[in-house]
Amino acid sequence: MSAGARAKGRWLRAYAVTYLIFLYAPVLLLPLFAFNNSAVVAFPLKGFTTRHFSVLWNTPVLHEAVFNSLYVGLSTAMLSTILGICAARASARFDFPGKKPIIGFIMLPLVLPEIIVAVALLVVLVQLGLKLSLWTVVLGHVLVCTPFSYAILNSAFLNLDRSLEEASLDLGETRLGTFFRVTLPLVAPGVIASLLIAFTISLDEFIIAFFLTGTEPTLPVYIWGQLRFVAKLPSVMALGFILLILSLALLFAAEFFRRRSERQTGGQGGFL
Amino acid sequence: MSAQGEPAPARTGDGLTTAAKPVSSRFGHEARGGLLMVSPPFVYALLLLAAPLVMVVLISFWTQDYLTLDRTFTLANYREAWTEELYRLLMVRSLWISLLVTAATVLLAYPIAYFVAFHAGGSKALWLFLITVPFWTSYLLRVFLWKVILGYNGVLNIGLAGLGLIDEPLTFLLYNANAVVITLAHAWAPFAILPIYVALSKIDRGLLEAAEDLGDGPLQRFLRVTLPLSMPGVVAAALIVFIPTVGDYVTPRLVGGTDGLMIANLIQVQFGKANNAPLGAALAVSAMAIVGSFALLFMWLNRRYLRSPS
Repeated sequence: MSAGARAKGRWLRAYAVTYLIFLYAPVLLLPLFAFNNSAVVAFPLKGFTTRHFSVLWNTPVLHEAVFNSLYVGLSTAMLSTILGICAARASARFDFPGKKPIIGFIMLPLVLPEIIVAVALLVVLVQLGLKLSLWTVVLGHVLVCTPFSYAILNSAFLNLDRSLEEASLDLGETRLGTFFRVTLPLVAPGVIASLLIAFTISLDEFIIAFFLTGTEPTLPVYIWGQLRFVAKLPSVMALGFILLILSLALLFAAEFFRRRSERQTGGQGGFL
Repeated sequence: MSAQGEPAPARTGDGLTTAAKPVSSRFGHEARGGLLMVSPPFVYALLLLAAPLVMVVLISFWTQDYLTLDRTFTLANYREAWTEELYRLLMVRSLWISLLVTAATVLLAYPIAYFVAFHAGGSKALWLFLITVPFWTSYLLRVFLWKVILGYNGVLNIGLAGLGLIDEPLTFLLYNANAVVITLAHAWAPFAILPIYVALSKIDRGLLEAAEDLGDGPLQRFLRVTLPLSMPGVVAAALIVFIPTVGDYVTPRLVGGTDGLMIANLIQVQFGKANNAPLGAALAVSAMAIVGSFALLFMWLNRRYLRSPS
């Protein structure tokens, strides 16, 4: 590498580090305010406390919201992963007419503004006279999570060595048996990564939940309600800190399984 | 891919079980298997996305009649959506803010993508991971924390005052369009970096060396080889950022003040407090039509003048 290229690399690295600071700036404030001994979220900091966390323990409405979000998140993760498996398997293994437009259509929610998805579903549900509930939120979340599940699972299925499935068929296993005993175990890390990512997205999704939930708020809808009250903000920061740790744990787990899936199936791919 | 009805050429190494069958029935079998497999997610998307979108278009031609909908066809909602001063203002502002966000995000993202693709050495995966991590933390709280950063007594003002750079807190930072642009550019950063990174890392290094050997300086090489070849990534990044940001609801509500409200806030009001779903639907359809035509125009311009193979 020439001296000029090295100098360019240094400048770029400096820029990249500055950019990372910009990316992480808001997130780094969370722990500061979560443990700040003050009734307002503002500088200067006033010393260390954990009292904002104990407020969370004594808020039953919050616990219900957490339960609602877990319910929605788990259901969404399961359903979108199942749909993702179908789409990824079809696209990786089969050639069929209209493949590109069909897959493109399944991926469409990725580029649509979420408010459009939310409004469209709301209109239909109201017209059908269906009552809004946690399940209507799940319906919307599955729609936006399936593209992510598909993207993760597609690389898992594409990297799958098909001779292993053929060997199983040759040895007398049925198609269904082969799928459950050979294919699924081989793509299992991809399946787990998809479950974790879909769960994480659902846990954080606000707009669709805001439009489609009935009387039971999910966690982001609850947080949205709290953001209006200045006095509630320190405990919201504490809650945000817990969520941050939880999301990071889920994300690291998903990344771990995705890498394992890469090694197991011998390919490479990315999250997004 | 699209050999509709035609027999697919027999592929080699397809396994013993299928090799014995005639070619035409094998394709039929494969096509049927594929369609069967893809049908659950496809039918789901048809029922819960296509049908609802059609419904939104339909309802935009109806009228709200207190609690029921009057189903006689009318263009009144569109007339209102396109002529009412406030609606026009919010629509134009949404587009303007989104264009600014797109430009800022893509321009800021390009050097990062370039750095990761060409100068990050063995730590590419780590950099990509670090870039995507903030995206997975609570969106609501990230937006809210920008309020804490940009506010009158915010981190930025206190920091700048502490450094002696300003005497009075800056007030142009929060509750206006600037705040919306900064916050959205932050929120969508990874979506711009990744497509550009992918396009850059696909570039054949031989071409870069050839340009150098033929006497191009670093700047010329970048402008004449690297940049044009990475345009598909730039176009993808721009579209991925532009389309969803037009419809953002949270950011304008939290940091935009009254001067930063956007079209999504108006749509939400129509479906909520104002109880005028048809007008809300007409606004949503109009917004999507405008965004869609911007996106198509952008892709056409790119294909026409940059001849990028996207």
